[in-house]
Amino acid sequence: MNLFREKNCILCHAKIEPVVTWTSVFLYQKETLICDPCKSRLERISGEICRACNRPLDKQYSRNDLCLDCLRWEEEPEWQGVLMQNQSLYLYNDYLKEVIALFKYRGDYLIASVFATELAGKMILGSFDWIVPIPLSQERLYERGFNQAEALIVQAGFSATHLLTRLHTEKQSKKSREDRIHLPQVFQLNPNESYPIAGCKILLVDDIYTTGSTLRHAAKVLKANGAREVHSLTVAR
Amino acid sequence: MRFALQPHLIPEPLLSTSQLTYKISEIPTIPEPSFNPSFTFNPNLQRHLSGKQLLLEDLPFSLEEIQLHYQNGYIAYRPALKKTLEKYECMRCGTKDWQWFASYPCSRCGENCVYCRKCIMMGRISSCTPLICWLGPSPQENDSGASEPILHWQGQLSQGQEEASRHVVQAISTSTELLVWAVCGAGKTEVLFKGIEYALTKGDRVCIATPRTDVVLELTPRIKAVFPGIEVASLFGGSEDRHKYAAITISTTHQLQRFYHAFDTMIVDEVDAFPYSMDESLQYAVQQARKPHSTMIYLTATPSQAWQRDCRVGKRQYVTIPARYHRQPLPVPVFLWCGNWEKQLERNSLPSNLKAWVEQRLKQGKQVLVFAPKIRLMEKMLPLFRQLHPKTEMVHAEDPIRKEKVGLMRNKEIPLLVTTTILERGVTFPNIDVAIIGTEDAIFTESALVQIAGRAGRSAQFPTGDVVFFHHGRTEAMVRARKQITTMNQQGLKRGLLDR
Repeated sequence: MNLFREKNCILCHAKIEPVVTWTSVFLYQKETLICDPCKSRLERISGEICRACNRPLDKQYSRNDLCLDCLRWEEEPEWQGVLMQNQSLYLYNDYLKEVIALFKYRGDYLIASVFATELAGKMILGSFDWIVPIPLSQERLYERGFNQAEALIVQAGFSATHLLTRLHTEKQSKKSREDRIHLPQVFQLNPNESYPIAGCKILLVDDIYTTGSTLRHAAKVLKANGAREVHSLTVAR
Repeated sequence: MRFALQPHLIPEPLLSTSQLTYKISEIPTIPEPSFNPSFTFNPNLQRHLSGKQLLLEDLPFSLEEIQLHYQNGYIAYRPALKKTLEKYECMRCGTKDWQWFASYPCSRCGENCVYCRKCIMMGRISSCTPLICWLGPSPQENDSGASEPILHWQGQLSQGQEEASRHVVQAISTSTELLVWAVCGAGKTEVLFKGIEYALTKGDRVCIATPRTDVVLELTPRIKAVFPGIEVASLFGGSEDRHKYAAITISTTHQLQRFYHAFDTMIVDEVDAFPYSMDESLQYAVQQARKPHSTMIYLTATPSQAWQRDCRVGKRQYVTIPARYHRQPLPVPVFLWCGNWEKQLERNSLPSNLKAWVEQRLKQGKQVLVFAPKIRLMEKMLPLFRQLHPKTEMVHAEDPIRKEKVGLMRNKEIPLLVTTTILERGVTFPNIDVAIIGTEDAIFTESALVQIAGRAGRSAQFPTGDVVFFHHGRTEAMVRARKQITTMNQQGLKRGLLDR
């Protein structure tokens, strides 16, 4: 019985006091994973947002409902329409930075479950043909022990389709925006899988959308192989 | 990572042909190749790994080199996670509670791996992770003129310290366990000097561990000053001495989780302090870090009730220093009932006896330290105290300028400081009176109360001070704390350690 047992928040490890009501006794309820203070430190993305990348819009740095970064991407014919739309759950604030570092770099896999329910909601919405994690190189995968994007998909209850592979390069987080945009292509079609791509609607999943460069490079490979639409979903923006 | 068994372990990346491999936690007994005395080992690896238990990622040496040392009996692979029936145990932090374990599909072994979330900040430990330790000889300390005295200290021990110091040396010479129960302000650190000197002369590796980083920072220069010729490593989160092999290691109990069978003499300062007293994994770390045959010295002003009982019935070796070095008795707390003070605060007033007590001190120009149980209530109190004196301040653990405020208090620029229990130990303000408001709160345990009372009358110039526990109903902890203090004073008197 899980009803009266005290549970700990999986992020801060503080005790979550179980709220025992008639509803909780008689009806099945979703498990509480994190405590209210932790929940409140995650800032949901809301208000006016960029229609392409989901970033909250600043009047100064936007035109219509597009942020200037996305405008720059869309102005280049090479990149126009490559990524249909990105959706993200939370702002990449200092707190989420800590949480994602613990998840990705320290390798605390369980943290993926914190975002599972909400990610699952977004995964159904568009009814995609394939849900594809941004791949890691073999070396990086061994180092981390798991692929964080795949973890997010699996914990949300969907299956991850590995349409792409990645060449080993320097860490993304050590590069500037300019470097990241003019990146050589690091993704390629996974030679070991033969799923049909032509005409498909595909959802790419990653932990963070920073400049959108990674997701666009991955989307480009899929588009070049005939994908109809490529969307993306991340935890942080 | 997976290993082949043939008959010794071979890590999967070093296999040339494909063969049956296992997770290290699945191998019932890990084969240990016999020690090869003619093998030329890498002294850098020796200094890096000796007395430690590390992950492969922590070792800047190639897997081939590590494997070579294993094959010659200089290194051991141990499973980092042990599975017993349906329970898991992390061998690094000792965690057994199921809530701290989770699992993931592991790309290193290709199976589902259970991992420990408790100590994940030190690198993830999972069921396919080997912990690596050194089995070869310890690094030789270069004895620079063994005849020269190691200890450079001109100070004089008090009579009580002298006696305790003798016991410490005795414990180290027989590798036994000893509790030094010294009242606040007795001068615990000096009691260790002779013992450490003795341990070093017989070639021991010494560790002083404490739960609190600020104690490590305070202790390091003092120890370095009295042992000038000795290598001292100072370990806390983010310190630079992480890979230093030293004769004396001063460490937070957290950092000891990287050590394994390293120390001949282990000294734990402030055994009763948070989080050591609450966190079993830290106690486990201390036990893992000492050698199986080693000395264990505990220092505290406030042993737990269980330990006090053990001392009384003779189950625990101990020595007390019941008096301060200035030979004056400990201030005995006075209990004053102040009614429902929380309700009075809601109505924006302070309990009248507390207010009068504080006003009297402010008039005399004496500094006051007021402890309170909750930050929320402290915020209510602050404006009320500021009406008595506008320069009143408050501090708590999350206060970004906490150090500055404590500094101002020390410089007598703040007449009245309201604080949580964070200032219960470790700080000395020379001439203060101390009050607690809401002493009945559960946060004020017996040891917290003894520590708080111990803030008053610490300096030789001002050896007295008032301590008042304002309360809304006296608690067991209050009575015990007062009893402990008066017992110590009686003992001090009986042993001739007090001047009156």
